Amino acid sequence: MKPKGFTLSPPRLILAIILILVGAISIFFLSHTTINFTGTNWTSIGLLASGLIFYTGVLVIVGMFENETMLSIALLLPSIVAVAIFVYGFIGWSIRVSFSKWKGLNPDYTWVGLKQYYDLFNHDPRFVIDVRNTVVFTVLFILACLILGLGMAILLDQRVKGEAVFRGIFLFPMSISFIASGVVWGWLMNPATGSRTAGINLIFQSLGLKSLISLWTTTKQPWGMAFTVIPAVWQLAGFTMALYLGGIRSISDDLREAARVDGASEFEIYRYVILPLLQPVTLSAVIILAHMSLKIFDLIVALGKGDIRLDVPGIYMWTTTFAANNYAQGAAIGVLMLLSVAILVVPYLVQNMRSETEL
Amino acid sequence: MTRRIVLKTLTYLILIALAFFFLLPVYLMLLTGFKPFNEVDLKTMWALPTTGIHIDNFIAGFNQLAPNLANSLKMVIPESILSALLGSLNGYLLAKWKFKFSNLIFTLILFGMFIPYQSILIPLVKFMFYIKLYGDIPGLVLVHIIYGIPITTLIFRNYYAGIGTEILEAGRMDGASLMGLYRYIMFPLSAPSFAVVIIWQFTQAWNEFLFAVILTNQAHWPVTVALNNLAGSQLVQWNVLMAATFLAAMPTLLVYVFLGRFFLRGLMAGALKG
Repeated sequence: MKPKGFTLSPPRLILAIILILVGAISIFFLSHTTINFTGTNWTSIGLLASGLIFYTGVLVIVGMFENETMLSIALLLPSIVAVAIFVYGFIGWSIRVSFSKWKGLNPDYTWVGLKQYYDLFNHDPRFVIDVRNTVVFTVLFILACLILGLGMAILLDQRVKGEAVFRGIFLFPMSISFIASGVVWGWLMNPATGSRTAGINLIFQSLGLKSLISLWTTTKQPWGMAFTVIPAVWQLAGFTMALYLGGIRSISDDLREAARVDGASEFEIYRYVILPLLQPVTLSAVIILAHMSLKIFDLIVALGKGDIRLDVPGIYMWTTTFAANNYAQGAAIGVLMLLSVAILVVPYLVQNMRSETEL
Repeated sequence: MTRRIVLKTLTYLILIALAFFFLLPVYLMLLTGFKPFNEVDLKTMWALPTTGIHIDNFIAGFNQLAPNLANSLKMVIPESILSALLGSLNGYLLAKWKFKFSNLIFTLILFGMFIPYQSILIPLVKFMFYIKLYGDIPGLVLVHIIYGIPITTLIFRNYYAGIGTEILEAGRMDGASLMGLYRYIMFPLSAPSFAVVIIWQFTQAWNEFLFAVILTNQAHWPVTVALNNLAGSQLVQWNVLMAATFLAAMPTLLVYVFLGRFFLRGLMAGALKG
């Protein structure tokens, strides 16, 4: 146990008092006035800053106690409070809204139990489409990313010249926004025909590959939805590749050499030595990719431009809440999205925490 | 021997074909952007410009997006710096000053980076409205900082966990306190992690759409919202749109090209393997 004493240091006490006073006075001042500067209302930001100044004063006093655990917790407290409110508090609030019949601009918290959820699954064709689209998207997206990512990683593992260049090319789309990607791919996958033929279809046409000309996302559903996976794979296959390449490179050369000595072919080395060892990488990749696809939103907004056949829960939640003011239904969709992600992520996080604690 | 050569050739052919697939969208954006207006035609959209390189389309695209590019910059710069400072402090405390529940608290914080933001959107909007931070850039900055706490804390915590405790114990011998150790030992060692986190947060916030579209009004739209709006407009020609899309993507692309090493590390941290 550390000694839990208290050392009074006059200069620090004076500093603490000044900080607390400055913080308190500006909080008092700001709560009675507003600050406008360059057209922006800074009052709330000012209040937040004043609160932090005040709290810094408190921290200086806490620091005078010779108890570093207490100081550590006190320093973490603002972040903990922020996450507690903005993540857990807001989730709780959303759940409460989803149990209400709030529709319209004025909050209505009348309790209706699970009615919103029941209606979504039983009386809402749009939500049924959303669920189907999410399943189609998630399955194809994960499969394509894993296969392409692993394939690219194995190819790059063959001591190819210009490996860094290829890696860079496969990975750069990750740095682009889903919106930008959706806009460009929307043009590349242009379904127009005749004299308006454009994008990739135009390339197919000029190469004489007429049979490859596609209606893209306007193909009969659910296959149209399958095409929305292309830009998503374009953006995240490189990420999956990087995960796999990291995994392959961390397997020791001795192990491969031993397999080679035992007479295994290069193919067998991958099949029986490397692939089994990559299972944890696959698990991480699946969890990361699945949680992204379960909440896919901006890509479909940009790509689908409101096409209801390409709707996903993220978009439905957005429109029903902020265009139709159906807050209760929007909250229910949001909570369902959270549940689908939580089922996947919580076990992973718990396992991660356990292995940390054992260390 | 011939079999090896065939395999090698095949490897390169597949890699080059894949490279074409990955570069196609960028090629289209640049190609269209560098054509003069009078050469813009759907039928020749894949043809190289015949009368030299012009930047008419880029200028037109820039004129469409200039205020929004400025909004995005105003948001992203304070956001990424403040996020990194906060994450660094949290990471240090959670890596080096473990108390009874610190692993649990860390895990609870971490969960925040996986949630679909639709599940907190209604309370968030009401709350931001209530504290009068709805509609403008400062509110968006605050929201990005708060929802950035998990990832920034994670990256810094993993980085600090890798720094041996010997150096801290040596500092304690010299009488440094908790904050003294941070300020004089850990903080000066954190430059690589600051690069990773600032770049990561910069990219995330620049590319983010949901918070931006919900929490800002039209005058303060960041570039993603404006670009999406532009794409849905019937009044904008596709060639201008392609050039504008490239401009919207350019800042993060440049960051990737020049600082890709750091970007990749942020990416890997998201996979939780520190």
